[in-house]
Amino acid sequence: MSKINFLKPDKDNLTTFLYIGSFLFVISVIDVFLNSFFSLNITGFLPSSLSFIIPIILGFIGLYFIRIEHSGYKFLDQVNKNINTNNFNAILSLLIIFIIIKATPPILSWFVVDASFAGDSKDVCSGTGACWTYIKVWFRRFMYGMYPNAEQWRINLSFIALTLLGSVGYFATEKYKKYLTLYYVIIYPFIAFLFIFFFISGGPIFFDFSYGIIAAVISIIIGFFIPSKFKFYYFIFVPITLYIVLKYFVFYEELIELGKLEGLNWVETGAWGGLSLTFIISFFCLIFCFPIGMAFALGRRSDFPLIRYISIGFIEFWRGVPLITVLFMSAVMFPMFLPADFFIDKLVRCIIAISLFEAAYVAEVIRGGLQALPRGQYEAAKSLGMGYWRMHIFVILPQALKLVIPGIANTFLALVKDTPLIFVVGLLEIVGMLNLAKTNPKWLGFAMEGYVFAAIIFWIICYAMSKYSYNLEQKYKTER
Amino acid sequence: MNLKLQKIIPQLITVLVVVLVFGFFTYNAQINMENRGIDFGYGFLSQESSFDVQFSLIEYDGSHSYFRAYLVGLLNTILVSVIGIIFATILGVIVGVARLSPNYLINQFAAFYVEFFRNIPLLLQIFFWYFAALRALPLPQDADAILGVFYLTIKGLYVPAFIWENLNVFLYSLIAAIIAIVVIRIHARKVQETQGKQLPVFWIAIGLIFILPLLSFLIGGVSLSFEIPKLKQLATTSFIYEGGVSLPPELIALTLSLALYTATFIAECVRAGIQGVGKGQKEAAASIGLNPNQVLKLVVMPQALRIIIPPTTNQYLNLTKNSSLAAAIAYPDLVLVFAGTALMQTGKAIEIVSITMLTYLSLSISISILMNWYNKKIAIKEK
Repeated sequence: MSKINFLKPDKDNLTTFLYIGSFLFVISVIDVFLNSFFSLNITGFLPSSLSFIIPIILGFIGLYFIRIEHSGYKFLDQVNKNINTNNFNAILSLLIIFIIIKATPPILSWFVVDASFAGDSKDVCSGTGACWTYIKVWFRRFMYGMYPNAEQWRINLSFIALTLLGSVGYFATEKYKKYLTLYYVIIYPFIAFLFIFFFISGGPIFFDFSYGIIAAVISIIIGFFIPSKFKFYYFIFVPITLYIVLKYFVFYEELIELGKLEGLNWVETGAWGGLSLTFIISFFCLIFCFPIGMAFALGRRSDFPLIRYISIGFIEFWRGVPLITVLFMSAVMFPMFLPADFFIDKLVRCIIAISLFEAAYVAEVIRGGLQALPRGQYEAAKSLGMGYWRMHIFVILPQALKLVIPGIANTFLALVKDTPLIFVVGLLEIVGMLNLAKTNPKWLGFAMEGYVFAAIIFWIICYAMSKYSYNLEQKYKTER
Repeated sequence: MNLKLQKIIPQLITVLVVVLVFGFFTYNAQINMENRGIDFGYGFLSQESSFDVQFSLIEYDGSHSYFRAYLVGLLNTILVSVIGIIFATILGVIVGVARLSPNYLINQFAAFYVEFFRNIPLLLQIFFWYFAALRALPLPQDADAILGVFYLTIKGLYVPAFIWENLNVFLYSLIAAIIAIVVIRIHARKVQETQGKQLPVFWIAIGLIFILPLLSFLIGGVSLSFEIPKLKQLATTSFIYEGGVSLPPELIALTLSLALYTATFIAECVRAGIQGVGKGQKEAAASIGLNPNQVLKLVVMPQALRIIIPPTTNQYLNLTKNSSLAAAIAYPDLVLVFAGTALMQTGKAIEIVSITMLTYLSLSISISILMNWYNKKIAIKEK
């Protein structure tokens, strides 16, 4: 055995260094562990400042000793490569390990060990831990807002039905795949709207909207027979005309009679709230902002200068202002712009405002995708004799959208995270309900539990969305 | 002829629709305002505001005008944004670099931080810090001093105030130091481009920025003393700190959450930027004999910055716009003071909301013009 130089660990005395190093490292970890889990201080005989720093010193020396390259032990090499490349990294690794060990007991005790789950009043929450009883008691309010308890099955049923209808894409066979886009872009949102309007809201069976619905259905059916050259103008003018004609000239009286038929109990939108409102708003804004954004992205790259300037103005305006002022505008300024007898529900105003706001961001994202496509794609499509719409629908947009999946997912994530802002107009989704519950005199002092609960829910939703978008990106990735 | 028509008709239709919509809105607004007896105009800006703001950078009370209230709100917004941007940048760069660390624990820790704070709504974070975390702080009389001079209490953070003498001399010396650094930098770049020599600009800059202000203390007659906050009893159970500067808890909660939230996005920008520099670039630089520091300074950073800066500016803009969430915890920013209190008092919905929006709009547009200019300047000039 050659002479051991402790200042320079080498391969010759590998086992010696390995034993000393691992021993010191394990001692330091055990010290911190005992300290934090059992509040035992094995270095308690030392002065407090020294006793505090001694695990770091021990661990550091230990890691220094075992830092031997090409030792022949696979595990040791792995450790050295990953957490122990040099002195600086060793100290950082130690600090992180110690912080994790130190932080585990208090977090665990707050969440589980000392927390109270049972009971249904504040009295059971006397411990130092979290009071999950509070969440349990208020759970319905956090989920459904002020929606009457007896009617909540309507929300559940609608959401289950819509989830099932939404998952149709997974089960569609090859034969029906080509209709999926049509289904998801037009039919599914329409069904969702009907569910929300007639089922959750319990609207009268015939209402102002019904004329619109009839007009839309009729014009879509006729639309199939219109030559594609005029389709664009057809869909701009005909539905609106049809709507007006239907409403003011044809069977007006009959519909009024039908409207008196009793539907479900009417629940006004002011009573909606909680997490279900978050879902409703995110869902509709998501559906509306995408086509609007796409239209403005195309508008911004249009050859017509007037359309281009209008699109630029629109996009830059919405991108330049914070959402909270947009909601202020929809709450206090927008009613001034409408005829005095014309009333739009504040939930609808809210959805319009958020959709327009997010549409501007979607437009910029899509524009990025359009710009990233090589010119050759446009030229090739044109040389095949495709017109503007045909070229964009079949060649440009599918490729561009594929490129911008991450960007669009980020925008949608931002949308979901922005929904709590609707407290500005007095709608209370889950964060708003938390703030309401927190001020209830019977349940004072549980703000922390509520926010942690909401944070976990939002975190799960957003994290799942971002992972899903990552999967989509991988799935549609094509080598270029 | 036909082709021309094809070009004109869609444009005409679009313009017509836009004009009609706007016309419809203005017409209704006129009628509605007539019905409610409101007259349109910005004259109210010079009227006495008669409401108080609890935190203000400039002198303000109820006897000042609405315009002054607007300025108070704007300055508070800018204050929060600037502090938030500084902290978010520092944290974001550290986390972004940490995500690329070869140390497994560090990059996982950084990744955890990013995934955690990015996926929780900002408003929820603000509420959490303000209503849950900061409420757990001690009362003024129970607070322990941090480093002997700071007091972090439920009523806010109390820090010592600087009392300057001859402040202007100090500022002149700072400006002189900055100008000197810029001149030296330009010179160093010239030297590097012509002779290939590296001047230690960084150390010279550090030296200048310390030595010149220090000289101003020794020669210029500048002196600095601190006013340390002291506990004062108002009533039997009510205590307060006097002297020093007090930062309200709203400001702390807001800057904290803005910085923590935006830092995650900045970290991603930094990571993308550094990863965006091709491996070959680093290897090429190393193979012509540059040392790791030079590789970082001369090859990686200039290219990475080109990728990092545009999205980071976007994040700065987002932070500024997100600072409007202040209204939710009653920090008197532009939205709360002007679009909240002032609007309630005057009822001038259209004027006030439009002023507020225009303010944010001009802030964003001016920053994006500045950034576009900068972007053009540093873009690769292809020959």
